[in-house]
Amino acid sequence: MTALLEVEGLRVDLSLPAGVLHAVQDVSFHVEKGETFSLVGESGCGKTMTALAVMGLLPRSATRSAERILFEGEDITHAHERRMTAIRGARMTMIFQEPMTSLDPCYTIGDQLEEVLLEHRRVSRREARERAVFLLEKVGITAAASRLKQYPHQLSGGLRQRVMIAMSLMCGPSLIIADEPTTALDVTIQAQILSLLVSVQKEYETGMILITHDLGVVARTADRLAVMYCGQVVETGTVAEVFTRPLHPYTRGLMRCIPIPGKTRPGQKLDTIPGIVPTPIGDLRGCLFRNRCPHARPACAGEGIEEVRLTPGRSYRCILQPEENPEKAAA
Amino acid sequence: MLQYTLKRLVVTFFVILVVSLVSFMLIRVSGDPAIALAGEGATQQEIEYVRHHYGFDRPLIIQYVDWAKKALQGDLGESPYFNEPVLKMIRERIGVTMTLGVSALLFALFVSIPLGVLASIRPNTWIDRVALTISVMGQAMPSFWFGLIMIIFFGVTLRWLPISGSGSPAHYVMPTIALGYYATPAFMRLIRSGMLEVLSSDHIRTARAKGLRWGKILYKHALRNAIIPVVALAAVQLGFMLGGSIVIESVFALHGIGYLAWVSIGRSDLPVVQAIILLLSMIYVVLTFLGDLLNAFLDPRIRVR
Amino acid sequence: MSDAATHPGPNGAVAPDEGLGRQVVFPTPGQVMRMRMRHHKGFIFGAVFVLAIFLMAVFAPMLTSYNPYTQHLSHRLVPPVWDAKGTWKHPLGTDNLGRDYLSRLVYGSRVSLLIGFSCMLIAMVIGTLLGMSAGYFGGKVDMLVGFIITVRLALPAVLVAVAVVALIGGSMQVVILVLGCLIWDRFAVVLRTSTQQVCSMDYVDAARAAGCSTLRIMFREILPNLFNNLMVIATLEIGRAILLEAALSFLGMGVQPPTPSWGLMISEGKEYMLFQPYLITVPGVALFILVLGMNLLGDGLRDVTAPEGQA
Repeated sequence: MTALLEVEGLRVDLSLPAGVLHAVQDVSFHVEKGETFSLVGESGCGKTMTALAVMGLLPRSATRSAERILFEGEDITHAHERRMTAIRGARMTMIFQEPMTSLDPCYTIGDQLEEVLLEHRRVSRREARERAVFLLEKVGITAAASRLKQYPHQLSGGLRQRVMIAMSLMCGPSLIIADEPTTALDVTIQAQILSLLVSVQKEYETGMILITHDLGVVARTADRLAVMYCGQVVETGTVAEVFTRPLHPYTRGLMRCIPIPGKTRPGQKLDTIPGIVPTPIGDLRGCLFRNRCPHARPACAGEGIEEVRLTPGRSYRCILQPEENPEKAAA
Repeated sequence: MLQYTLKRLVVTFFVILVVSLVSFMLIRVSGDPAIALAGEGATQQEIEYVRHHYGFDRPLIIQYVDWAKKALQGDLGESPYFNEPVLKMIRERIGVTMTLGVSALLFALFVSIPLGVLASIRPNTWIDRVALTISVMGQAMPSFWFGLIMIIFFGVTLRWLPISGSGSPAHYVMPTIALGYYATPAFMRLIRSGMLEVLSSDHIRTARAKGLRWGKILYKHALRNAIIPVVALAAVQLGFMLGGSIVIESVFALHGIGYLAWVSIGRSDLPVVQAIILLLSMIYVVLTFLGDLLNAFLDPRIRVR
Repeated sequence: MSDAATHPGPNGAVAPDEGLGRQVVFPTPGQVMRMRMRHHKGFIFGAVFVLAIFLMAVFAPMLTSYNPYTQHLSHRLVPPVWDAKGTWKHPLGTDNLGRDYLSRLVYGSRVSLLIGFSCMLIAMVIGTLLGMSAGYFGGKVDMLVGFIITVRLALPAVLVAVAVVALIGGSMQVVILVLGCLIWDRFAVVLRTSTQQVCSMDYVDAARAAGCSTLRIMFREILPNLFNNLMVIATLEIGRAILLEAALSFLGMGVQPPTPSWGLMISEGKEYMLFQPYLITVPGVALFILVLGMNLLGDGLRDVTAPEGQA
């Protein structure tokens, strides 16, 4: 059985006045049908660029190359824009970070919901409206029929994000990419939206790529994850694997930055990772984490720091062997 | 919406009031209207007679109230030069000016919208540069000079178009282009920058993520948003163009109110000049009011609260 | 940012600095501005055009040996040098009164520049005062200034200028004063919004908290931050004033003959334009180049002084 989405050797370069920014470098991952796959990393590490590259929505100044991008068994690496237009919104949809600006202020919610179905399916306006009402109710919006006549500015951020979720479900997609869907919302709303996403994903058995910087969110919702740093995937694995036995020093650093209920004592200082993320402009060689890594050695600056694949879903990018993990040795 | 309209109406009323006062005062304090009216070589006695006959010897404020009272009743006075009611003279000529202004506005929109949109979807290409060149030239070219050059070229050398008068639609072609070309750059810049802004906005990314066709995204989501400020500008520009018609109408001898104002200034026919200034100001104020209403109608964020 | 890659890592492990991406050194705003100026074609063209006409105005007596006012009725309408019958004696020919057209053109640049610059100064004073007080005080003052701006925009500028100049009597001073009092609207509109923006900055609050007087805050804290905006509008408004003066003179209600104004030259040449088109093309092209230069310079200034990422 093939995976829902398979990405192999994805690269995204951005031309800037200061040079070429390697926003995404040699990124590989796959998403199974019906699973939640999480891309985790600091802001600016290339998570969003990876998602936009898969959707074919990169900005004009960006160039994309990949060894292979397979979606539902179809090679879309060099797919024509017209083909991508047919896929986007129907089989592969995206939810964005900013619900406040992601809807067109000039059209009603109903119009913007119906337009997806009208574009991709041969349906009447009435059928589209019925589907919109059905999905609005599904995402927990009351009085859905009257909401259709409202404009985005009349809705709160949480409601707008629900509308975005409903919109992404209009055609019954097999993959939803959610780019930090709760970051811009109030804390109390965040949990609701997140559990809504998980419940619709389970109900419709869609695959989901959840992009977040919040490891807590990953732990609660994801099946597998990839940790990104500076445009590279530094570690992949199931949530259980990565959280119990992180293999990359960066992942370990991240884990120590979050409080763990029951383990972290009140008042205890959380760790930070010292140093600053380098800007991936110009020639890149060696491990990009070496200037912040507690285990850095001269060999880290050399060639041949490749992704080590233990099993199809488990990999890391470090010259340190898992056995010679210094922390394990110390423990 | 209703409250908004009422508020704007009150402001509009006050603007018209102040504009009428200003136009009235400007004419009175710029020189002695009695001397101007009596004409060159008039004796002191004649000047005194004119001053008394037209009431210029009364306090300014009383003169204004008197004039405003009559104006409200539709009496804008009589032209001392033609001995005709000013209102009748204006009514006979306003059609020419309106035709010119509206066709110039349509010409400007017709040129600037396609060029602005093309420039915004292909920034920094040849089409963008052509649009930029046209807009830079339009802002630097004196419209009366452009009109004269067109007369020489299309009117006299090629003999394609009539060079003066207002007898047929062909008479309006060159004046329309001369007047409209000056307004084109403002529209083009507004559309280009508006489109660029909308095209890089989040909701256009959403529309692309929804898998909409590019053409549909452009006209349904991008242009619809970018056109909103253009409506307000169109109203303002139409007002400016009617005000600027004095230059173009005198170049092409189009007998509209701009031309009438110009010759009346030469004849010191003050009631006519004053009435035309007031009329053009009122048209401008009403146009901006309508533009704001249309703007609010087009933008749900203002219309629906 | 720049030294992040060279810092020794924790545990004393020296992190090598190669292959970690280029170190990006961000230029200062001044460097950015100079760099943009050198690459902004419009700015360079505009500066060259304006400078050329400025030099022409300054060195007018050296450029031509004729007096622009002297009439030679025996040498009327001599064609320019590109015409078959033209000679280098009068490179741009003579007008209907036999005056050398080149010297009228050269001296006309003085009139245009003088009027453009003076009108702009008057407009700048009026517009800056109105715009800044509206932006700074807000509330009722803002409403009042907004109202004044609307009234000004409602008055048809050319018509009012023509009428007032005709009544007072045309002279350069009157034209300058009337136009200056009519074209301050853009100064007021732009300065109003940019003052509002600057006023929301923390250093203005800090100055208020430190007990600085209103005048000191307005002129020492706010005005310097509006300098770039002011320069941009000033340049564009010179161009607008020059165009308006030309239109006024063309209508016969601006600068009066025999002053060599480009607008007036077009008006005088209009009668003969069908047979001697150079009489209107020459001053028209000069006007076009000067205004084009001013506009390009103004637009260029706006681009090169724009904050990072807005060019």
